Amino acid sequence: MTAPLLEVRDLVVRYPARARRTPPVLAVDRISFTVAAGETVALVGESGSGKSSTAAAVLMLRKPEGGSVRFDGRELTTVDERGLRALRRGVQPVFQDPHGSLSPRKAVFDAVAEPLRVQGRWDPTTGPARVAELLDLVRLDRSVARRLPHELSGGQCQRVGIARALASEPKLLVLDEPVSALDPSVRAGVINLFTELQDELGLAQLFICHDLALVRHVAHRVAVLHRGRVVESGPARQVCDAPTHDHTRELLSSVPAFDHLTER
Amino acid sequence: MSGRALLEVEGLRITATRPHEVDLVRDLSFAVAAGEMLAVVGESGAGKSVTARAVLGLLPAGLRVSGHVRFDGRELVGGTGAAHRALWGRRMAFVPQDALSVLSPVHTVGDQLALAVRSVRGVGRKAALEQAVAALDRVGIPDAARRARAYPHEFSGGMRQRAVIAMATVNDPDLVVADEPTTALDPTVQARILDMLAAFREQAGMAVVLVTHDLAVAAAHADRVLVMYAGRHVESGPVHRVLRAPRAPYTAGLIASLPARHAVSRYLPAMSGAPATAGALPPGCAFAPRCPAATDSCTRHEPEPVEWHDGHWASCHRIAELPRRTADLFERTGT
Repeated sequence: MTAPLLEVRDLVVRYPARARRTPPVLAVDRISFTVAAGETVALVGESGSGKSSTAAAVLMLRKPEGGSVRFDGRELTTVDERGLRALRRGVQPVFQDPHGSLSPRKAVFDAVAEPLRVQGRWDPTTGPARVAELLDLVRLDRSVARRLPHELSGGQCQRVGIARALASEPKLLVLDEPVSALDPSVRAGVINLFTELQDELGLAQLFICHDLALVRHVAHRVAVLHRGRVVESGPARQVCDAPTHDHTRELLSSVPAFDHLTER
Repeated sequence: MSGRALLEVEGLRITATRPHEVDLVRDLSFAVAAGEMLAVVGESGAGKSVTARAVLGLLPAGLRVSGHVRFDGRELVGGTGAAHRALWGRRMAFVPQDALSVLSPVHTVGDQLALAVRSVRGVGRKAALEQAVAALDRVGIPDAARRARAYPHEFSGGMRQRAVIAMATVNDPDLVVADEPTTALDPTVQARILDMLAAFREQAGMAVVLVTHDLAVAAAHADRVLVMYAGRHVESGPVHRVLRAPRAPYTAGLIASLPARHAVSRYLPAMSGAPATAGALPPGCAFAPRCPAATDSCTRHEPEPVEWHDGHWASCHRIAELPRRTADLFERTGT
């Protein structure tokens, strides 16, 4: 069996105390999971469960206090600055707030070209075609390239964010609640886009979410987080259809069931 | 609707006047009977929040209202606002999305609730505080007598929202208008608070207008639902009818695109395009550019609500020609 693309073992993330005489906050308490190439793994939990802290550690935006994060055969927690820069290209984030993650003064074309320029891969002759290709990939009309974020809908902005992430040709996308800020009528389209991109490009995805019904749809495997620990994990359909931990059951029952109302 | 409605909205139009005139809500009519819960469902820009605020008389300056809002038979549109002031707190109350926007940070929760009691009833301080504690207890705040002495920042988000619900309901109003009251909260907390509100409503016999973008919330708690799109009525009726057998393609698409608990495919049925925005509405039916059932005539005239079935109304030109299972319109049509 080949090694997984991402292997997180005994991860610990702790935040310093907010006030004197209060203990530091243990946000992630020895979490372990793996993501294989081409696989979608979901981390599910409420706010404070440690899912975003785990994502920040995987993206190397926050140095973990303990444990190991191995990506593509390299240990991220001990790698030096130069090695990190090279590895970061392989792990790209898509954030929750579609407008907030784009510069309001940068046109879509420049936003998508920016990662190529920063990484020294910008070629003035082929660059524009590459940007157009990336817009095609996220199903955006090429005419949006000249527009500014405020002229776009939330769903379009999120697609620009995804195109930016894809510009680096990553192997893993870290999706932190990528549709919860979107209008209900555009959510399904963006969710389908992630699935299509996985089928087309073989991308692995770490999907952070609080909605188990959605996770059942998109993820292959799921880990349920509660107070910084994994309380249940396994194939997404198994965990959602036959949960064994009380907290998973509570998460499931808090999403009002629709199926009994609709004829599906 | 049987009997006289507690709240009647008829031909409501809300217009933003700056920088230029834009209609945010057009030709909207609905009614809420005493003790009933109506969910107003829509996406951003659908006009649901301004509608709620027009009912309450809390619209910001610069918005013009016309049409009728009648509460217990009395007209609230036009006039000086005295009609609304006579109702606030006593007969009609508001629960906003952000609890901190209505709680004072420098007074204890108990004192604020007691003030709400004293502003309506001529009771003494001590009696008012006792009623405040009882109200906190009713909304499920544990150890209410002690928590009443705490400040809002010492409460969790869920507890704050409970305190605001306690404040809105402490004087037994006939109508509570709640604008996305649980959207900012965790799903498990959200479910508990909505259950509490629903149980409380039944006990107290008050009517609730619940504004939400979440159809599942409407399905779980409301008696009737009003679906809005681009400032207009799309579909309304008993919640089980509308959600089980939607007739407007927009409602059908919203329901079809929710993740189903037993679905097999990894793909969801998706709607194309983005929600229409006021000021840039397409001609005819605002949903037509995204609608898989739209024909030429849909882009020429706006549809009026048609009664499809006893109390179940839909605004769609093609209501009679659509397939029985309207969800079939949205079988994976791409992204």
